[in-house]
Amino acid sequence: MRGEKVPVLKASHLGIQFGGLKAVDDFNMEIGESELIGLIGPNGAGKTTVFNLLTGVYQPTEGAFYLCGEKMNGKKTHQVVEAGIARTFQNIRLFKKLSVLENVKVAMNKDMKYSMIAALFRTGKYWAEEAETDRKALELLRIVHLEDKAGYIAENLPYGEQRRLEIARALATGMKLLLLDEPAAGMNPTETAELLDIINHIRDVFGISVLLIEHDMSLVMKICEKIQVIDYGVTIASGTPEEIANNPKVIEAYLGKDEEQEGSYA
Amino acid sequence: MAECLCAGGGRKFVSIFVQSLINGLNQGAIYALIALGYTMVYSILRMINFAHGDFIMVGAYTMFYTAPLMVSYGMPPWLAVFAAILACTVVGVLVERIAYKPVRNSGSMSALITALAMSLFLENLAMVLFGGNPKTVVKIFDLPMIEILGAKIQLKYLLTLGIGLVIMIVLTVFVRVTKLGKAMRAVPQDREAATIVGINVDRIITVTFAIGSALAAVAAMMYCSTYPRCTTDMGSMMGIKAFIAAVLGGIGIIPGAMLGGIIVGLIEILVKVYIAPGWYEAITYGILIVVLLIKPSGILGKNVGEKV
Amino acid sequence: MPKKIKTNYLINFIGLLVLFAVLYLLFENGVFGARTNYFKGIATTACYTIIVVASLNLLVGIMGEFSLGHAGFMSVGAYASAVLTNAVADKGIPDFPLFLLAIVAGGIAAAITGVLVGIPTLKLRGDYLAIVTVAFAEIIRVAFTNFEITGGGRTMSGITKLSDFYWVFWVMVVCVTIMYMFIRSRFGRTVKAIREDYIAAAASGVNVTFYKVMTFTISAFFAGIGGAIYAHYMTAMIPTSFNFMYSAEFLTEVIIGGTGSLTGSIIGAAFLSALPEAMRAFARYRMLGYSIVLVLVMIFKPGGIFGTWEFSLSRVLGKLRGKNRKEAA
Repeated sequence: MRGEKVPVLKASHLGIQFGGLKAVDDFNMEIGESELIGLIGPNGAGKTTVFNLLTGVYQPTEGAFYLCGEKMNGKKTHQVVEAGIARTFQNIRLFKKLSVLENVKVAMNKDMKYSMIAALFRTGKYWAEEAETDRKALELLRIVHLEDKAGYIAENLPYGEQRRLEIARALATGMKLLLLDEPAAGMNPTETAELLDIINHIRDVFGISVLLIEHDMSLVMKICEKIQVIDYGVTIASGTPEEIANNPKVIEAYLGKDEEQEGSYA
Repeated sequence: MAECLCAGGGRKFVSIFVQSLINGLNQGAIYALIALGYTMVYSILRMINFAHGDFIMVGAYTMFYTAPLMVSYGMPPWLAVFAAILACTVVGVLVERIAYKPVRNSGSMSALITALAMSLFLENLAMVLFGGNPKTVVKIFDLPMIEILGAKIQLKYLLTLGIGLVIMIVLTVFVRVTKLGKAMRAVPQDREAATIVGINVDRIITVTFAIGSALAAVAAMMYCSTYPRCTTDMGSMMGIKAFIAAVLGGIGIIPGAMLGGIIVGLIEILVKVYIAPGWYEAITYGILIVVLLIKPSGILGKNVGEKV
Repeated sequence: MPKKIKTNYLINFIGLLVLFAVLYLLFENGVFGARTNYFKGIATTACYTIIVVASLNLLVGIMGEFSLGHAGFMSVGAYASAVLTNAVADKGIPDFPLFLLAIVAGGIAAAITGVLVGIPTLKLRGDYLAIVTVAFAEIIRVAFTNFEITGGGRTMSGITKLSDFYWVFWVMVVCVTIMYMFIRSRFGRTVKAIREDYIAAAASGVNVTFYKVMTFTISAFFAGIGGAIYAHYMTAMIPTSFNFMYSAEFLTEVIIGGTGSLTGSIIGAAFLSALPEAMRAFARYRMLGYSIVLVLVMIFKPGGIFGTWEFSLSRVLGKLRGKNRKEAA
C-alpha cells in the first residue's frame, strides 16, 4: 500500500506504432477507485487499440501504464489479468462450445489450487474445490441474470445474453479494473437498460473501476463520471459528460468540420 | 583436407561444388514448381492441399505409361508431358469439385483433413492400380553433358531451371495483368466482395486448381527426367517439403515460392554432398522449422497478426 | 465424492472386469483353437492403438490442434524402451516389473521430446503447426535411422517379448482413464477454452503457452507408452514404420471416431486397427477405404461418427432400468 492516492489505473504517455503509423499517441489517463470512465471517439480512433495495450495484447512502443502503482509494461495478457485487469471484447469472444458455467469457471482457473494428481485420482480436494467454484460461478451468473442458463452451451444464448456472459467471465477473474468494449453494441433499449443496471450493480458490489468504450452516447452520458475522447489515436478532450457534450472539438470529430461539409456539398 | 590445398584438389573441389550447385538448383526448381501450386491454392482457400504432392505422382505415372507410346509413334518422349498435364488437371479439378467444395465453409480443420484424406486416397488408389513396385520411366530428354569450370553438367538440369523461371515469370505477369489473374488475387482478399463485383468465385477456384495441377505435371516431368522412378508415395513427402518451401519464401507470393524452392533444393543437395549424407533430410527440416519459427510469414512475406 | 458418481465409477469398473473376464475365458479355453495367439495379437494391437489414438485426440479434439507426427512420438517411446530393456536384459528382472519399467521409460522419453518440440513450436497454430509436427517426426525418424544403438537404419530386432495382452489391456484402461480424468478437470476445461478462443482464454487469465505445452507433453507421454508396448509386442522394428502414413492413420482414426470423444477414439482405433488384420483380403484396400470414409465423414458429419459423445455404462443401465419399469407399469 502506497497511500490512498495511488490511482487504480495510470497511463502516462502511452503510445504504439504500427509500421510508421501511430495508432495511439501520448495517451494519458487516471482512473480512481470505483470510478466509471468512458472512452469514446469515432470509428477507427484507436479505442480498441488502447484496450489491447492495457491488456498486454500489444506492447506499447512508448510510455507506460500502472495498475495500483505496479508497472504493467512487458507483461503478457494472462499476467495482466492476474494483476487485476479484465476485459470484454467488441466482437464477442466466448468459449462457444463450452457451457455457460464452464465459461465462467475457466476464468477462475487461475485461483484454483488442486493439483494434477488430485484431478487424476479425484481426491476430496478435487470435489470440494470444483463444488466451491461452481457455487462462486453461479453467484456471478446471478449478477448478470444468467443463473438459469448455467447448463446452456454458450453459443446457443441470444446475443444480449452472450454479452452479459462475457461480463460474468471477466468478473470471475477477480479484477480491480474492468474494461468493457462496446458492451451495448447490438442491444435493444430494454437490454441496454438492463445492462446499465448490471454495470452499476457491479460497481456497487465489487467496488471496482470500469473503463467503458461505447458508441451509444446516451449510455455513456448517463453512467460515466468522466469521459475521454480520442480521435486518430490522440486525446482531444476529457472531462465531465456536460463538458464533453459542449466541447467544439468533440463535435467536430464526430460531425466533421463545417467548412468541409459545406465543401463536399458545394 | 590436405589434398584440397594442391592444384588438382582445388580444381576438383570447384568442379564438385559447381556440380552440386547445379544439382541443387535443379532440385530446387522442381520444388519451386510444386511450391507454386501450393501457394496458389493456399492463397485462395487458406488450405494446405495435401493432395497436391500426389498430383505429381499422377503426372509421373502418366508419363510412365505415355512416354513409351510417344516413342513408338516416333515422337520425342517429353511430349508425354501434355498427357500428364491433362491427367493432372482433370484429377485436380475433380478433387476440388468432389471433395473440397462441400467442406469449403466448414472450417480449416475440415479442410485440412479432407485434403489429407484425398492425399491418402490418391496414394492408395495408385497402390491398387499400379502396385507397390517402383516403375522406371524412359529417358525424357536426350540432352548432352556440358562442361562448366571442369564440372560435367547435365544440360537437362539447366533446362529444368529455365522452365521453372519461365513459368514463374509467366505466372507473375498473368496474375498481375490479366483479368482472370486479377480476379484470382481478389478472391482471397474478400470472397463476398468478389462475388458482389461479379467474379464467379467457384470458377476462379477451379481455374486455380487447374493451373496448380498443370504445374504439378510439369514438375513431374522434370522429376522423372532427373530421377526416372515413380512410386506411389513419391508425392507426399516431396509435397510437404515443397509446401514448406512455399512457406519459407512467403505463402501466397509467386516469387516467394520460387525462392523457397530453390533454397530448399540447394540446402538439400549441399548438405548431402558436404555435411552429412545420412542427415540431409533432418537438416533440411531443421532449417525449415527454424525459419518458420522466426518468421512464419516467410522471407518475402508480410507479418499479419490476428485482429482482436 | 458425490455418491452417484462413486456408483458410476464402480459400475464402469465392473463392466471392464466383465469384458476382461470374457476375453480371458475366450483365450484361455482355446475357443479360437490354434488361432488363439493370433487373436490375442490383434487384441494387443488394438490396445496400443487405442492409447496412441486417444492421446492424439487430446491434441485434436481437446486442444484443437493437429499433430501429423504422432508416430514420431510413438517411435521415441518404442526405441527408448527397447534400448533400455536390451541394456538390462541379463539383470534378471522379472517380466512384469520390466514391462512396467519399459512403458514408463518409453512414456517419459516421449514426453521429454514433447516438451522440446512443444515449447518452440506451439506458438504456431493450425496448418503451420501441422507441418512442423511432420517435420519433427521426420527428423526423429532420420535420427533413429542414423543411430547405431537403434539399429543404424536396419531392423532393430531381438527386443524381449513383454507385451502380454492381459497386461496391455489394463495399461490401456489406466491410460484412457487418466486421459478422461484430465479432460474432466480444471486442466481439461482450460485447454478446451484455448481451443475455442485462445485470445479470450488469455484474457481470462489462462497462460495459453503453458497449457498447450502441458497437453502436448501429456499426449506425447501416452504415445510413448503406446510405442513401448508396440516395441515389446513386435520385438523387431525399423524407423520407416513410423512414417507420415502411420501418423496419418492415427489422425484418421481420431477423426472418424469423433474429435473430442474418447469413446470414439476407442471404438475407432479398436475397429480400424483390428478389422484389416482380421480380414487379410481387405488390407490392400484398407487405407483406400479409410480415405473415402474420411471424406464422407467430413462432408456429412464433420464432428466424426461419435462427435463429442461419451459412452457411459451406468447411463445405459439407467435407461434399461427405466425401460423395464415402464414395461412393468
